[in-house]
Amino acid sequence: MKFKFLEHTGDVKFQAFGKNINELFENSALALKEVICGKIKVKGGRKKTIKVNGRDYESMLHNFLEELLYLLETEKFIMAKTKVKVKGLKLSAVVYGDKSGNYNFVNPVKAVTYSEIFVKYEKGRLVCQVVLDV
Amino acid sequence: MELKKISKNVYEIPKEGKMNVIGTIYASEKLLENIKKDKTLEQVKNVACLPGIIKASIALPDSHQGYGFPIGGVAAFDMDTGVISPGGVGYDINCSVRLLRTNLKKQDILEKQREIVEALYRKIPSGVGRGSSFNISKQELNKVLEGGARYVVEKLKLGVKEDYENTEERGCMEKADASKVSERAIKRGIGQLGTVGAGNHFLEIQYVDDIYDKKAAKIFGLEENQIIMMIHCGSRGLGHQVASDYIQAMENEYGFRGLSDRELVNAPIKSKLGKEYFSAMACAANFAFANKQIITHWVREEMKSFFPEIKIEVIYDVCHNIAKFEEHVIDGKKQMVCVHRKGATRAFGPGRREIPSAYREIGQPVLIPGSMGTASYILIGTKRAEELTWGSTVHGAGRVQSRTHALENLRGEEIKKELNKKGIEVKAGSWKSLAEEAPQAYKDIDEVVETVSELGISKKVARLRPLVVIKG
Repeated sequence: MKFKFLEHTGDVKFQAFGKNINELFENSALALKEVICGKIKVKGGRKKTIKVNGRDYESMLHNFLEELLYLLETEKFIMAKTKVKVKGLKLSAVVYGDKSGNYNFVNPVKAVTYSEIFVKYEKGRLVCQVVLDV
Repeated sequence: MELKKISKNVYEIPKEGKMNVIGTIYASEKLLENIKKDKTLEQVKNVACLPGIIKASIALPDSHQGYGFPIGGVAAFDMDTGVISPGGVGYDINCSVRLLRTNLKKQDILEKQREIVEALYRKIPSGVGRGSSFNISKQELNKVLEGGARYVVEKLKLGVKEDYENTEERGCMEKADASKVSERAIKRGIGQLGTVGAGNHFLEIQYVDDIYDKKAAKIFGLEENQIIMMIHCGSRGLGHQVASDYIQAMENEYGFRGLSDRELVNAPIKSKLGKEYFSAMACAANFAFANKQIITHWVREEMKSFFPEIKIEVIYDVCHNIAKFEEHVIDGKKQMVCVHRKGATRAFGPGRREIPSAYREIGQPVLIPGSMGTASYILIGTKRAEELTWGSTVHGAGRVQSRTHALENLRGEEIKKELNKKGIEVKAGSWKSLAEEAPQAYKDIDEVVETVSELGISKKVARLRPLVVIKG
């Protein structure tokens, strides 16, 4: 399983999984994409590069997901998937996606929150949790 | 968790552990059952642990789980020992409601509902990614951030003086300083002035269905069957980015260790960072006021094409997500405090100077949107609210079902059919957004309004029912 959604009355809470930190972040991006676009298939013909850092894995994850929202709002770029490389507390990623105007979106995400956020090892894999303000 | 019943509709979480004050929950038994089901009470407790909080961490009858503070959460902080927390305001700074009265009657609209819904939907961008046709330079945007709805009326000539006079803060929060808003926030906001956004935001045409307080209704210019319009939106990407920026800055400056939820990161009110956040938050609040002013202008233009003689006037405009410096009476003495309202409405009683002069003798208008397709209410604030809840009341029905749950169980197409059957025209960005915002996903607005009336923290003036709904 790449990610799953959990109950949250007001907003959207998800957990993502990965065998390493890169995959964990890539799967978190897929969860975010599913919230924004539902099950719509987004073409991945265009490419953007983003770089973020953080004070810990949680804030790096937060900043990474925020950057994807920023691309959508300011450059009208919707991601299909990402290729993430984490080194220490620095992240660079190639984001594959398309012009957002080519799709009908279902859900706005206002922000990535720090509420109940975590990144941890559990049963031999990495798990993270994020609450999105929608 | 221990929860003591104090009296009808009042419950207390006694002080324990790191709590500085008690938690107070205002809810009917029925509403409390829902509140208990998620993490609302835990979040009330977390807020009670913040430094400088006065009297109690409060949850109102429509409260539900949020992030950091619960939605429907109110807390006041001492100006010297207290903190200001972006998580206590929320990302959608000044998510708010503006109510417009018209000189139309219900029967004037009935034949034209479908055409009107299409026309308004085309004119006023809503939903994800629909940009605004309102072009503005960066320099001018800075002026909007510092001048709010007042600037849009006075300088851009979109509206009349009464529009901002009848807006909370007279349409412009003081202490706004655009230099405290990041480039990133500006970049997100610049194309979004004049857009409704998505989620629970909407534009509705309603009619006055019932009047409870004739005197107040007359002062608000309300009559039975009169057509009313309601705009619900906020500060869009600009506000979201302001919150994110200052959460980050406060983490860097003060850390988050010792906080029960990382989202509760904060800064002392009088610290440099605390003041900077307030100035940036005020800019975002002004963006939201300006946003609704531009939408009001477009609504006027569009409605004129259907009804050349139409008159549209602002009744009032209230903030739902905000922090403010206000004077309150504590142990018999007047004192300035910093009140955080997250998913809550100010509800000042008669006489307060913050209330527009036209309404000052009866109390502040309180606008409570119902969930999609259900009734909305106009109330007035009371002295009782100033005693109990820092002059605050509910902001809506409040969710009871998660969005994921609503999506699993409800279909947008069916919800549209149900609304059509009730005589309501609806247009939404997607079926999914209809399902997410379905009335079934919310608490019963009538129960919520009854509870605040019983508590005396606001008084019913009129009930409104929708005829046309535009959802993001």
